[in-house]
Amino acid sequence: MIDKTVRSMAEAMDGIKDGSTVLLGGFGSVGQPDALLDGLIETGATDLVVVANNAGSGRVGLAKLMELGRVRRIICSFPRSQGSVVFEELYRTGKIELEIVPQGTMAERMRAAGAGVGAFFTPTSYGTKLAEGKEAREINGRWQVLEYALHGDIALVEAWEADRWGNLTYNKSGRNFNAVMATAAKTTIVQAHHIVPLGALDPEAVATPGIFVDRVLHVPGTGVFA
Amino acid sequence: MTSWTRAEMAARIAADIPEGWYVNLGIGMPTLVADHVPLDREVIFHSENGVLGMGPAPSPEEADPWLINAGKQQVTLRTGGSYVHHADSFAMIRGGHLDLCVLGGFEVAENGDLANWATSDNDTSPAVGGAMDLAAGARQLWVMMEHTTKDGRSKLVHRCGYPLTAPACVQRVYTNLAVLDVTETGFRVVELAPGVTPEALTAATAAELEFAS
Repeated sequence: MIDKTVRSMAEAMDGIKDGSTVLLGGFGSVGQPDALLDGLIETGATDLVVVANNAGSGRVGLAKLMELGRVRRIICSFPRSQGSVVFEELYRTGKIELEIVPQGTMAERMRAAGAGVGAFFTPTSYGTKLAEGKEAREINGRWQVLEYALHGDIALVEAWEADRWGNLTYNKSGRNFNAVMATAAKTTIVQAHHIVPLGALDPEAVATPGIFVDRVLHVPGTGVFA
Repeated sequence: MTSWTRAEMAARIAADIPEGWYVNLGIGMPTLVADHVPLDREVIFHSENGVLGMGPAPSPEEADPWLINAGKQQVTLRTGGSYVHHADSFAMIRGGHLDLCVLGGFEVAENGDLANWATSDNDTSPAVGGAMDLAAGARQLWVMMEHTTKDGRSKLVHRCGYPLTAPACVQRVYTNLAVLDVTETGFRVVELAPGVTPEALTAATAAELEFAS
């Protein structure tokens, strides 16, 4: 019997190595797997490359992981957001590497990784400083920039419902990067608000089929997301 | 010289958006445009974080922390709306499915170049978000911005000084002083705000202007 649900955070985080690339779901605070982030902090894993839309805020979650010096490099589209004080300080003092990627290119690079596509050409960023040093080609009359697939070792995902096969649904704009990151990592770890019996999810409504999921931890929502 | 208020600029843009268009409104000033499109004119608003068919801000009873827009403000979903993940949301943008995007701007050049994400080459940690995807991908790109900076410099320029968001992407600019099209020969004035003379607009603009005769 397949059962991807795990009973403890330690089990969810098992085997995460130093130097891993971690894909971190969420857009702002919506759909962000906060409990798994805390679990990642507890593991002590360091020298991490984190892929996330934002570079954390306040001093919790991703910001705490960075403040502890455990993130070597962050790949994101929008590092500067309200309260991104830890990132700003680390970046100013040269203690973290930053790769800025247009948001759609970032999503597409992970879709490519999940779909076995090695690289693709896109018009986004052509003629800008984010395309400097990248190969460009004129395709169908339009200049386009070569972008490589972005693979993760680990994806941390927040879902709304999950079953023991790892089939997932999301809640409204909480889907965001979660569903594409789930496809792009060697190990996809999910925190789900609700664990439901196999067969309870409408097959037409499953947004991430279990083939993309390795471990599911039940984490009921707290605060405004309860 | 009088000029349009932000609400008047938003209303002016909204009046140019026909029913049936799929539209992305950039963070900041452009989000005001939605308030001026009546709900019975079916314009479908898209938000980068996976919301198609975004409705107005919620009443306190409707507020749902799971439903935000790209500016991280709480929004609603119109009847008929849908949710997608980020890669599909940007496929709508990058695949040329949006009829229109309205973005804010730091500078627009007379060749249609847009600069709206970083204010210098050594900006400490610039945040691009979805601006480059929108500028390259939407079928039409309109820019909504003040005509000049707070210290009086023209934001319409011969060539952009700030880092580009995308080259030759802007079709139309709505400022507090005028509506201008970007043409093969430069900016062409479509409409002047009430009380703004051609001479005053020319004096406020660091680019050549063509006035309809």
